Amino acid sequence: MSLETAQVPGPQSRSRSPAWRRLRGVGGVLLSLVLTMLGLLLVTFIIGRVMPIDPVLKVVGERATQAQYDAARQAMGLDQPLVIQFLRYIGDVLQGDFGRSISTGHPVAEDLRRVFPATLELASLGTLIGVVIGVPLGVVAAANRGRWIDQVARVVALVGYSVPIFWLGLMGLLVFYGILGWVGGPGRQGILFDGMVETRTGLMLLDTALAGDWPAFRDAFSHIILPASLLGYFSLAYISRMTRSFMLEQLSAEYITTARVKGLPEWRVVWGHAFRNIAIPLITVIALSFGSLLEGSVLTEIIFSWPGIGSYITKALLAGDMNAVLGGTVVVGTCFVVLNLLSDILYRVLDPRSK
Amino acid sequence: MSDVSLRDWLLTDAPQTRRQARLGAFYQGWLVFRSNHLALLGLVILVLLVGTAIFAPWIAPQSPFAQDLADRLQPPSAEHWLGTDALGRDILSRLIWGSRITLFIVGTVALISPLIGLLIGTVAGFAGGWVDQVLMRITDIFLAFPKLILALAFVAALGPSVTNAVLALALTGWPPYARLARAETLTIRNADFIAAARMQGASAPRLLILHIWPLCLSSLIVRVALDMAGIILSAAGLGFLGLGAQPPAPEWGAMISDGRTYILDHWWVAAMPGIAIFLVSLAFNFLGDGLRDVLDPKGAGE
Amino acid sequence: MTLSFSARALLLASALALAPAAYAETPAHTLVVAAQIDDIISLDPAQSFEFSGNDVTQNLYDRLVDFDALDLSKGYQPSLAESWQMSSDGLTLTLTMREGVTFQSGNPVRAEDAAWSLQRMVKLNKTPAFILTQFGFTPENVDQMITAEGRTLTLRLDKPYAQSFVLNCLAASNAAVIDKETVMANAQGDDLGNAWLSTNGAGSGPYSLAAWRPNEVVQLVANDGYWGGAPAMKRVIVRNVQESSAQRLQLEAGDIDVARNLTPTDVDALAGNPAIKFSEELKGRILYMGLNQKDPLLSQPPVIEAMKYLVDYAGMEASFLKGQWKTHQAFLPEGYLGALEEDPWTYDVEKARKILTDAGITSGTVTTKVRDIREYLDVAQSLQNAMAQVGLTLEIEQMTGAQVLDAYRAREVPIFLGEWGPDYADPQTNAGTFAYNPDNSDEAGLTGLLAWRNAYAVPADMNAAVDAATVEQDTEKRRQMYVDLQKRYQAEAPIIPLFQRVARDGMQANVQNWSTGGSVISAPYKQVTKGE
Repeated sequence: MSLETAQVPGPQSRSRSPAWRRLRGVGGVLLSLVLTMLGLLLVTFIIGRVMPIDPVLKVVGERATQAQYDAARQAMGLDQPLVIQFLRYIGDVLQGDFGRSISTGHPVAEDLRRVFPATLELASLGTLIGVVIGVPLGVVAAANRGRWIDQVARVVALVGYSVPIFWLGLMGLLVFYGILGWVGGPGRQGILFDGMVETRTGLMLLDTALAGDWPAFRDAFSHIILPASLLGYFSLAYISRMTRSFMLEQLSAEYITTARVKGLPEWRVVWGHAFRNIAIPLITVIALSFGSLLEGSVLTEIIFSWPGIGSYITKALLAGDMNAVLGGTVVVGTCFVVLNLLSDILYRVLDPRSK
Repeated sequence: MSDVSLRDWLLTDAPQTRRQARLGAFYQGWLVFRSNHLALLGLVILVLLVGTAIFAPWIAPQSPFAQDLADRLQPPSAEHWLGTDALGRDILSRLIWGSRITLFIVGTVALISPLIGLLIGTVAGFAGGWVDQVLMRITDIFLAFPKLILALAFVAALGPSVTNAVLALALTGWPPYARLARAETLTIRNADFIAAARMQGASAPRLLILHIWPLCLSSLIVRVALDMAGIILSAAGLGFLGLGAQPPAPEWGAMISDGRTYILDHWWVAAMPGIAIFLVSLAFNFLGDGLRDVLDPKGAGE
Repeated sequence: MTLSFSARALLLASALALAPAAYAETPAHTLVVAAQIDDIISLDPAQSFEFSGNDVTQNLYDRLVDFDALDLSKGYQPSLAESWQMSSDGLTLTLTMREGVTFQSGNPVRAEDAAWSLQRMVKLNKTPAFILTQFGFTPENVDQMITAEGRTLTLRLDKPYAQSFVLNCLAASNAAVIDKETVMANAQGDDLGNAWLSTNGAGSGPYSLAAWRPNEVVQLVANDGYWGGAPAMKRVIVRNVQESSAQRLQLEAGDIDVARNLTPTDVDALAGNPAIKFSEELKGRILYMGLNQKDPLLSQPPVIEAMKYLVDYAGMEASFLKGQWKTHQAFLPEGYLGALEEDPWTYDVEKARKILTDAGITSGTVTTKVRDIREYLDVAQSLQNAMAQVGLTLEIEQMTGAQVLDAYRAREVPIFLGEWGPDYADPQTNAGTFAYNPDNSDEAGLTGLLAWRNAYAVPADMNAAVDAATVEQDTEKRRQMYVDLQKRYQAEAPIIPLFQRVARDGMQANVQNWSTGGSVISAPYKQVTKGE
């Protein structure tokens, strides 16, 4: 996971155009989306095939004879030319068939339905924490530029960028679970609650709430809160820094000076005027931060035994389980592309300058 | 020349020579930078790190490889200031030697990634049309790809080693720089001075290298400085997953990975390299933040 | 997945009774285990070949003969087969099936199911198939060689094998008796139900499968109508917890009953806790060092001899392998017929140096691949350190299991450091791979044999001795044959057994009769109880 490298789209050349041209713009975006997805698949596929990890060995195991190995290889279609393999794969994916994972023995689609909601839930709560704390922190820091509160906000954020997450995770587990007993341990829910609530969305908090099973909800919450807070800290660091610099840009603008001259109270200048104007770039930042959390934080997932998509893909990759890697990458890539698209559309629809 | 007059010379409103103007601008930047205590602190830490790396053989109290199973997992003491690890090696000595690996990784990645990004981004922005389309689609693809996974795949494909970890990080790190460079290029490609140079018959590569690249550099540098910590943590992550430096090399991420097993009872084994990584990435962040104030007036709001 | 209603009600009741408390406790009739179970890729007994997968099938199915979890040393005991008879020429084994046993589906367990299960294993020809095919069964002839009639199951062998050898193989978890009707109803094409059985259970064992979510959890529910008596634990939950430290914290908090992957430091730290106790069970796994005979340096006899003295057996056993591995320098694990318990080598750098200098060897470099498992890497680094003292440089590349295995099967790992686990409870399982290699050429492709992978050209008379031991009917003579074989192996082979695995599982003090199946089988749960 790397928030640092998430990119905020810079000022783009926007066409001052009538509706039909904007529509054409959307069509172009959709086309580029399809191309990006295809490219993503191709790159993943090539990586999978040039990787010196032999998926057949995962299937047949250590003791296999050469004949058993060859039979398995053939059954997996790996004896076909690469082009045929790729076309076959695309064909299957278009029919919604991601194939079967060799490292779990389950259909990849089924695996993804299980692991993706786990990551989605964690990333959503993490982002929520990041936004609820990070945005006010950034605004306050900007409004008090150079004063102690700005320095505190800066240190809080930069420390967040700098701590190795698995260290923080293990320590958090030791303190809050092991010693204080305030939170649930590793995993998504207590063992007693496992399988008690019907899976509807795959999001534990939502499922338990829908079922009205409040003890189970409390249990699920006590398990998610620690890893989500950790991820929240990292997205807080990023969001607060970006909020601060957006705000600084606004606060030095002329209309703010005008507003101040008119004698508006400072809090109204900051929150009412300046903050309103950073809403759109801020949404982009949040979307990108959310997107990078959706990649799944492999290390956090390992430490908290969180059955998410990050560790799923990593493990599959190291086993040469390319069906799983491809499926996982498609999901993560789609999220990323869709989030990009949404923030793009938001720009087009909401940004007064593009009208 | 006394100190005061040097200062005046540097800060003059009417520089006599181009060199004086440049030095003056640099000095003004330094003044802004110096006023940021955290940035200064970052710089000091990094200078210390470089010093440590250079003088490692003289500073390190013991060999970073010497094992002593009878003396393993010793807490910090007079003999071993930072304790010993699971194989009885002196952690301080390993950290000191490991600073070389860290610097090598960070330095190389921070050099290669932005260069690739700069090249692709400026060419895309400058050329426009289908070249832009193709290059940006490729950038998007790499951007949409889960980064750690891409790096993992590269390392797995190339074989685990420090060099390959560097390569993997560089190959996965360039897309944001490409986007940034493209955005910068778009804003300057229609500027008057570019048109003027073009009129004088400057070729496209010449325009790109001599006129556009220099203008993209400052924002790239800021971004790189802010990304340094990310690079260290990613490298540590690869080391943690066993895909970076190979044993017995004292790479910090791998050292944390070694110490993870003992984290609850022998905290120092993982904590010491953890603190080292933390300090260095914090230093880079402080530095980057300070540099942004100097080089990126937009972000600083001046 | 859904649980049965009674189990659900039971759990709900216990869950409500246990409102959040500082020290939780698992319900009285539920066994909660934390383990690394991310290696399961199939639950089909004819395919499953991973430790965790076999732990599951061990409990879902019964075999014709089984070990008694409370006294493994008794050897195989009647299970679904009530009795058996070997013909006087040693070529025909006849087993009589127990009456009145049913599968969890309600179908009766017949000799026909048993015959079909064994035939299926041979015909599917997945990796474990060799456990049966070594008796001369092939996909073509198995229908004639394994037959059922009424209550009688007949196996016709190609040689007069030792009876214990054959029955030990039938006790392997792969030789499970499967519910033919249920599986064939779910077969796709000619897969004999392989795809369905990979994620489902169809056995007569003490537990049935409630859920398996890969990398997450396996849930078993007791089969109350089990012919051997209903198990005390009505529900067994095995959670995938990767980190030892996390397992330890859960054990201390009382959230789990058993932690299966505690590192030596975590065991030490828990040792003072009166609420927690430890098992100590010798497992069958051997950690060994294979010296590839294609390597110009490692193929020199003085180097092979010197390497035996460059392993810090005692030092490692006392430090990072503490309590998890014990020094063991013969290829048969303790607990097996004929296991040799002499450890002739000690860590002695001077001796190694002398051996090498006498042979004129003072330097050399080997680059090897080691799997990215903490213990292997630590062993490798310790070896690296010792080798450096006699002028030998060892370069280590750490890689994933699949990558190392790939290179190993291609005979490209100069010094292999890793484990071998027996596949069934007979000495042949290790003798047939450590000390057997009928054709050392690359073309032979005997990738399943450790000797071949290390390019060790086993002398013809050693191959013959391994074969002879499988057809020796006199158990005492057979034991001696294996002892002799191991002594000779220690003297000349380039594959050096180092350690034997010890299971140190941490558990709540009230857990009784926990077993991981010792060195012979996978972990059974039916005998486990929880006291006060």
